[in-house]
Amino acid sequence: MADLSVEFCGVHFQNPIVLASGVLGVTADSMAQVVRNGAGGVTSKSLWPYEHKGHPNPTIITSEHWMLNAVGIPDAGPEKAREELARYREVCDAPFIANIVGGQMEDYVAIAKEVALMKPDLVEINISCPNVEDELGKPMACSIAKSSEVTRLVKEALAEAGAPHLPVVVKLSPNVENIVSIASSVLEAGADGITAINTVGPGMAINIETAQPILANRVGGLSGPAIKPLAVKYVYDIYRAKKCPIIGTGGVLTGRDAIEMMMAGATLVGVGTAVWARGQEVFGLIVNEMNEWCDANGVKKLSDLIGKAHPKN
Amino acid sequence: MLILNTLPQVVKIKKIVQENEQVKTFVLDLSLGAKPGQFVMVWLPRLDEKPFSVAMDNGVELHLAIAAVGPFSNALHALKEGDQVGVRGPFGTEFACEKGQRLLFLAGGYGAAPLYYFAHKASAMGCQVEFVVGARRKDLLLYTERAEQLKNVHVHVATNDGSAGFEGFNTVLMEKVVEDAEAEGKPVDCIYTCGPEIMMLKAAQLAERKNIAAQISVERYMKCGFGVCGNCCVDGLGVPSCVSGPVMPLEKVLQLKDFGKYHRDHLGKKQYFNF
Repeated sequence: MADLSVEFCGVHFQNPIVLASGVLGVTADSMAQVVRNGAGGVTSKSLWPYEHKGHPNPTIITSEHWMLNAVGIPDAGPEKAREELARYREVCDAPFIANIVGGQMEDYVAIAKEVALMKPDLVEINISCPNVEDELGKPMACSIAKSSEVTRLVKEALAEAGAPHLPVVVKLSPNVENIVSIASSVLEAGADGITAINTVGPGMAINIETAQPILANRVGGLSGPAIKPLAVKYVYDIYRAKKCPIIGTGGVLTGRDAIEMMMAGATLVGVGTAVWARGQEVFGLIVNEMNEWCDANGVKKLSDLIGKAHPKN
Repeated sequence: MLILNTLPQVVKIKKIVQENEQVKTFVLDLSLGAKPGQFVMVWLPRLDEKPFSVAMDNGVELHLAIAAVGPFSNALHALKEGDQVGVRGPFGTEFACEKGQRLLFLAGGYGAAPLYYFAHKASAMGCQVEFVVGARRKDLLLYTERAEQLKNVHVHVATNDGSAGFEGFNTVLMEKVVEDAEAEGKPVDCIYTCGPEIMMLKAAQLAERKNIAAQISVERYMKCGFGVCGNCCVDGLGVPSCVSGPVMPLEKVLQLKDFGKYHRDHLGKKQYFNF
C-alpha cells in the first residue's frame, strides 16, 4: 500500500481527495459522511456574511457527459456556519476548507473575519461562480486588479481577526483570457495556493418541446468529465509558472483522473460532480483506485507524482 | 447508483381528477417505472420544480396526487387536461414487503397517495393491509374509497372532528389496530408511514416499543433529487434523503438526529417542528 498522504499549505491530509465546494457541503454531518466514505478533507459550500437566497429549481441537471448547475449559492449565514463547523469538529478529524464568497469586496472582508473565528484549516476564496454573475462572477474573476485586491483584503481581515497564518487559496475561473496571470497576481497578493478550476461557461440546455431553458436561472456552470482536459491544462499551466500548491478540480471521476491531475501539478484533487456518476461512495472508490495504480506501478509515495508531467528542468 | 441523465421529459396531462378541495390527481401520459415510495420532480418552465411522491405508475400512466399549498402547486392546479409538464425521475427508495405478511399503513393527509400505490402491490402479493388514514375532517380524506376496493385491504378512518370514523388522531387508532391484530394472534409484521413528521414519529415510537419493523418516508427539502446538492442530507447519518430515502427502515431512522425535531429549509437552516 502506497503512502497516500500529502501536505498542502502546511496542512496534513491522509489522502489528496477533497470534497469540492458546492456538493454535499450544506451540513456538518453530510461532510463528515464524505470523509467516512473516503475523502481526505472537505470544502464547505460557499459561506456568505449574511443570508443569501439561491435560485429556484431546477438548479442541477445532468446528461451522460456533463452537469449544469445554477444553485445560486444559497446560504443561511455565519451563525449556521459556526454551528456546523463546531459539529464537524466533534464528529470528524479530517481538514476543513471554508469556502467564502460575497456580493462585493466588503462582504469578503466580513465573512473572512467571521470564518477566522471558526478556525477552519484553510480558507478558499470563491471569486469565480458563473451563475451569480450579476453580483460578482466575471467582473471579479476576470480582473487581475480585483482578484488580487480581494485576496489582500481577505488576508488582512484574517490577520486582524487573529488568524494571520490561516492559509488562503483562491478558486479561479477558467473563463478568463489568461489564468496564469490571475494566479500570479493573487499569489503576489498573499494567497498561499490556487484552486483550479471552477465550473466552465455558463452553459445552457433547452427543452425543445417547450422551447424553454431548463434551469430556472437559464444558465449554469458546466462541470463533469467534459471539462477535465481544460482543468488539467490550467493546473499544468499554473504549476509550470508558479510551482505553488494547487487544488486541481474539474471532471475527476476515477483514480486515474486524480493521478492525471496530480501529475499536472495538483497536490489536492477536488471531487464534486463525480457524486452524480458514482454515488456518495465515489471518494473511497477514487482513493482505492489511486492506491491500486500506485501498487501496480511501483509508486511508494503518492506525493512523488505531483508535477510529474512537467519536464525535469 | 448510476443516475446520469436527469433532463426532464415533457409530457401531456392526460386527465385531472379533483379528489377533494385541496388535492387533484394528475394523470400523466407516460410510465417511468416508478415504485411505491419513490418520487419524481415536476417542472413548470421558468417557475420552479418540486418533488412529488408517486400515487401510481401502472406501466402506462403516472399518477401524482398534488395538494394546492403554495405558488408552485397552485400553478399546477391551474393547468388543464392536455397541458404539458416536465418530469424527471423516478428518484429515491421504495416501500418493500414480503408475500403474505400482515402490514399496517399509517397515512396522514396526502401521505395516503403513495401508500395507496403500495397497497396495490401488497394486495397483489397476498398481504393483509390495515390501512389507517387520517384527516382533519371527512371531506379531506384521500383515496380511502379506492383503497377499500383492494383485496385484503381494510381501511380504518380517523378524523379530528369525528365527521368520519374514529374521532381523534389516527396515531391513537393505529395503536388500537396494532393491539387488535396482536389479540387476534396474527400480529402486524411491519408498519409503513407517510405524512406529517409528528405522526411518523409516533409510528416509529410504537414500532420500537413493540419491536415491530417499520419503513418511514422521511421528507426533506430536496433540490436535485439525485444526491448531489446536499440540501436534503439528514443529521446523524449525513446521507442525502433523496437517495438513501425517502423510505428508510426504522433502524436508520432511529440514528437520525433531526427526525421528529427539525428539518432544513432551502438555505439549509434548521426549522424546528412545532408539535
